[in-house]
Amino acid sequence: MTPITVHTGTMVPLDIANIDTDQIIPKQFLTGVTRQGYGKHLFHDWRYLDQHEQVLNPEFNLNNPLYSGASVLLTRENFGCGSSREHAPWALIDFGITVIIAPSFADIFYGNAINNSMLPICLSSAECDLLFAQVRANAQQTLTVDLAAQQVICGELIMSFEIADHHKQNLLKGLDAIGQTLEYRNDIAAFEQAQPSWI
Amino acid sequence: MAQTLYDKIWDAHVVSQVGEDTLLYIDRHLIHEVTTPQAFAGLNEKKRKVRCPEKTVATMDHSISTRSLALDACGPDNQLQLQTLRQNCIDHGITLYPVGHQKQGIIHVMAPELGAILPGHTVVCGDSHTATHGAFGALAFGIGTSQVEHVFATQTLRQSKAKNLKVEVNGKLPIGVTAKDIILAIIGELTHAGATGYVIEYCGDTIESLSMEERMTICNMSIEAGAKAGLVAPDQTTFDYIKGREQAPTGDDWDAAMAYWASLHSDEAAHFDHVVRLQAKDIKPQVTWGTNPGQVIGVDDAIPSPDDFADPIIKESASKALRYMNLDAGQKLSDIAVSHVFIGSCTNSRIEDLRAAAQVAARGQVAEHVTAIIVPGSAAVKQQAEQEGLDQVFVQAGFEWRLPGCSMCLGMNDDVLQEGDRCASTSNRNFEGRQGRGARTHLVSPAMAAAAAINGKFTDVRLYEETL
Ligand code: SF4
Repeated sequence: MTPITVHTGTMVPLDIANIDTDQIIPKQFLTGVTRQGYGKHLFHDWRYLDQHEQVLNPEFNLNNPLYSGASVLLTRENFGCGSSREHAPWALIDFGITVIIAPSFADIFYGNAINNSMLPICLSSAECDLLFAQVRANAQQTLTVDLAAQQVICGELIMSFEIADHHKQNLLKGLDAIGQTLEYRNDIAAFEQAQPSWI
Repeated sequence: MAQTLYDKIWDAHVVSQVGEDTLLYIDRHLIHEVTTPQAFAGLNEKKRKVRCPEKTVATMDHSISTRSLALDACGPDNQLQLQTLRQNCIDHGITLYPVGHQKQGIIHVMAPELGAILPGHTVVCGDSHTATHGAFGALAFGIGTSQVEHVFATQTLRQSKAKNLKVEVNGKLPIGVTAKDIILAIIGELTHAGATGYVIEYCGDTIESLSMEERMTICNMSIEAGAKAGLVAPDQTTFDYIKGREQAPTGDDWDAAMAYWASLHSDEAAHFDHVVRLQAKDIKPQVTWGTNPGQVIGVDDAIPSPDDFADPIIKESASKALRYMNLDAGQKLSDIAVSHVFIGSCTNSRIEDLRAAAQVAARGQVAEHVTAIIVPGSAAVKQQAEQEGLDQVFVQAGFEWRLPGCSMCLGMNDDVLQEGDRCASTSNRNFEGRQGRGARTHLVSPAMAAAAAINGKFTDVRLYEETL
């Protein structure tokens, strides 16, 4: 995994609650067998006016030149609800998103994001309101995330966020979660030994 | 200390504490073609092996055709994905139930049929409806592909514990009201994200009186309220379902299992962080009007107005949903025509679901403007239904009788709706575009779906009381 320590970028606002994984990457793009190439189809139904992805929807913020190059997605409650498809974070990352800020995330999406070195940050609705105001006033306003300090800095605003320590360490160091767990192989074997055979 | 069922299953699977987290042992890993290729590729890249192939159950369900058994029936991309699963299962010694196998089916339908799911198990799958298996008193939850790879390599997951939520339903269900209506009513109460961070235990005498199929319908949709998992304490109904199945314990093992399973219930004094109670008599046949499963009403209720909601976010979601669904506040769903009916999915494609739909289907003919398909959840369900003659009832009424798979629940095959189509669907998600770009999905029970097919519009199935 690629480590994340400090990230600075501009924001793209999506002021919509309950954005589900079917919106993030619709089913017809789940037929791949690799992790790459999903960014083109990110938010397909909203981003394109046609099925063949020829005509961009000018009203959708991801198509707005004001926000081009943004790496921080600013959104609302319960982001990533619905299916467990990891294609959702793969598509966001492939598009260029590194940080997502929202008041809450669906459980599975949150874990999937971390496992792909994308940082989901929970801030309160009021704090998100402040960031929405910032980006609306100035689309070029940059935002910096300092993971070690657990801080989001945007202009004059400095806001703290919570993150579980092991998630933080994995992201900071870019650790391989499986490699870490394999260090417990003796405990796993002992657990299996103690289980009744019919389980 | 008094414990909940969730606490007990959790404690029984702790391999080690790792910082603030727990390394949890996984008893069953269910896999399908869509969420595994990248996990196998990751394993192969690092030259890692699947630790317990015998604890892994594989099938093909999401991207297969429901008209043909050929792997290439839905195009080269789907075919490649299916072939990749087949090769990976061969390479890693995993038993695969492929298309055409008599035990193939939607993973959440076929795994219980095998007897692979036992009370007290931990079960995971790269699929959010894994909570289905909570019906057996198993802790079952969906995971992403990186975690699938983690389970392959270690047979464990690093987890932090969720909170306990009790949902109690008591009393006798009115005629025409089913398990699907119970869970939709519960999600309506909890809202679409209301159970985030919780494991739900469903209890009360209504839940206890339900069959395994009905309990699976309920647990299946736990994720639609945001819950990590849903559980029902195992009882005689559970044990009777499991006994004699291919992978179920036998002889002395069965007795040992039964002795253990007897402990699998929440203690009287167990602490729940939150409790929700519903009376069965208050539940009506449910229909969703919006674009998440929490946007649901009784079939004879008026569609709400965004102004009915105080919370600005819910208000905005409601008006966005009404626009997408092309509905107006105050309308009655019984005035709304459907163009399609889909009976299937891991929520409602088991034999009892098909029997309930057939009872209604036997009353008439599918309306002229409606296309209605029935997709059994597994080859075993299909066979059983055909033995009972249900397929004939459906075909004579004008329904299409298809091969088992996920089908129009998500439309990764060619069972896809077109822009503007309106579907009464027994599946679990009514998200924008779920069944096709611009298509409108209304979640209902199998009986309600069959009634919509015949009348061409949503119909209160309680009108058919004498047949039910
Ligand atoms: S039937 Fe639908 S919800 Fe169930 S596993 Fe298949 S796609 Fe997922």
